[in-house]
Amino acid sequence: MVPLSYYLVLSGVLFACGVTGFLIKRNIITIFMSIELMLNGVNLSFVAFAAQWHALSGQVFVFFVMVVAAAESAVGLAIIIAVYRTRETLNVDQVNLLKL
Amino acid sequence: MLHLIIFSVFGLVCVAGAVNLLAQRHPINSALSLVVVMGSLAVEYLLLGAEFVAAVQVIVYAGAIMVLFVFVIMLLNAGEEERTKGSRVAMLFGIPGMLIGSALIAWVLLEHSGTASVAAGALPGPPKVIGWLLFHDFLLPFEITSILVLIAIMGAVVLAARPESAQQTKKES
Amino acid sequence: MSIGTFILVSVIKIVIALVLLLTAVAYTVWLERKVVGHIQNRWGPTRVGPFGLLQPLADGAKFIFKEDLTPPHVYKPLYIAAPMLALVFALTSISVIPVGNWITVGGIQTPLQITDVNIGLLIILGVTSLGVYGVALAGWSSNSKYSLLGGLRASAQMVSYEIALGLSLIGVLIMAGSFSLRDIVDAQGGHFWGFIPRWNIFQGQIVAFFIYLMAAYAETNRIPFDLPEAETELVAGYHTEYSAMKFAMFFMAEYANMITVACLASLLFLGGWHGPLFGPPILQAILPLFWFGLKVFAFLFLYIWVRGTLPRFRYDQLMAFGWKFLLPLAIANLIITALIVALKS
Repeated sequence: MVPLSYYLVLSGVLFACGVTGFLIKRNIITIFMSIELMLNGVNLSFVAFAAQWHALSGQVFVFFVMVVAAAESAVGLAIIIAVYRTRETLNVDQVNLLKL
Repeated sequence: MLHLIIFSVFGLVCVAGAVNLLAQRHPINSALSLVVVMGSLAVEYLLLGAEFVAAVQVIVYAGAIMVLFVFVIMLLNAGEEERTKGSRVAMLFGIPGMLIGSALIAWVLLEHSGTASVAAGALPGPPKVIGWLLFHDFLLPFEITSILVLIAIMGAVVLAARPESAQQTKKES
Repeated sequence: MSIGTFILVSVIKIVIALVLLLTAVAYTVWLERKVVGHIQNRWGPTRVGPFGLLQPLADGAKFIFKEDLTPPHVYKPLYIAAPMLALVFALTSISVIPVGNWITVGGIQTPLQITDVNIGLLIILGVTSLGVYGVALAGWSSNSKYSLLGGLRASAQMVSYEIALGLSLIGVLIMAGSFSLRDIVDAQGGHFWGFIPRWNIFQGQIVAFFIYLMAAYAETNRIPFDLPEAETELVAGYHTEYSAMKFAMFFMAEYANMITVACLASLLFLGGWHGPLFGPPILQAILPLFWFGLKVFAFLFLYIWVRGTLPRFRYDQLMAFGWKFLLPLAIANLIITALIVALKS
């Protein structure tokens, strides 16, 4: 029997790692992966609360979060490919001007 | 007892994968660490009884979305990341800030969550029941997300297609 | 059953299943060489043992003694890990495949399956999705243009045909009402009209069977879908730079995937271990295993027969076939099956 707070702490730690990655990383793909890590942390929170309150809609909502994450990563990676084609770099510090 | 052991082992694997994602310089290593995080999260979902969600996590997240990430890394030949001045400043302030922030969140959660325990397999989520919920109570969000996925597919195809001006200049020269 | 007994029984089942699977992989290679040889009007291996039956042992010894080259400038961690990943995911799916009914050995009841989970089919689909990593990472880490192209093409192909594979199985799931492989096989027991067995292939899933067949050929990178590893196209695709034991691991992973797919087809479409039972009780206990083995053998023979007969698709034809033909057909099959089941009940 694991207390609910343990699951929530794990979810919080994953979310914090995602935010840290978003702030400190400079490669655009790694920043994107940190976003996915944040989404995963939130998913764990949903399922944990669903288990505590016996509400299956928590698990259904995880399903929706996954679908939205899939759609977002498809479009985001396409944008990354387009940016790479014009700027020739994946470092966000060098993509800071609208002028090429 | 076994529940606590399995939760701790896979929880540690999750956190180790997440920290490894931050620590690695090459994006492919970060991507594979994220796959490890997703796999151990699937085990955590199984511990909570969400069997369908765990299977979908492996099939969709670890088996499709992360494959897409690995593809893009392979396609763009992403190399190791350089440490710029901005990233050093961010690491100097960001990492301690995040550590303090997450310690604060963890303390608040542990203090104020009461003694409610979640048993192993607390809320079984068989596909049949989840399907019933999806197609009855959550039908509108389901339809909207399917339209969202269609828009995303069209957007990705348009964005990643080769620009036509490059082909025209090739023909002219 | 106490937890200690459960662990012991599971470990014994795992060891038996792995030994059987690896022997089956070795002898599927032998079968392929013999059958393709005869199709091409020549003998296959005949020298090592009677009918060349010890050829797999000779091949194993050759792989162990070959020099294990590591080309320069490869990305070493992934170069070494990729074949292991491919083999691990290929061998994992055997854990949920049932080969028979429950048996009682020494007072302990156990299913003839390493574990009977109620989402068995989803686990196999998940492990198949993860198998793409072995191919993609091998192609990328080898630092060679042939490997990279072959790896990208092979993984794009596997990801595309996974969808048609999954959708073709949903018709079967609607008719059985459960994701557990044992329940799906049990739903195919009995006969109708006295002699036609209630296999899913006779209950209207024939289109789904053909979609599954074609998607399975593409998933396992076999002819007619083997452009990413064809010798005349890309040297050897994603395993160009691999030698000796690492190549042997890719080889074993491919044949283990073939066997898994054949087992799934016989469980989901051909009725699993159901077949005529006759004779004394000891024979009745062994006959289900025999019928299951026979169906898996028939499916593997079909695989090898197609390999020896058909030419291969070009890559754009392959992708167009998967997305523009198989996917709509699988969705149509799903809709029609769902309509019929809904109208019946």
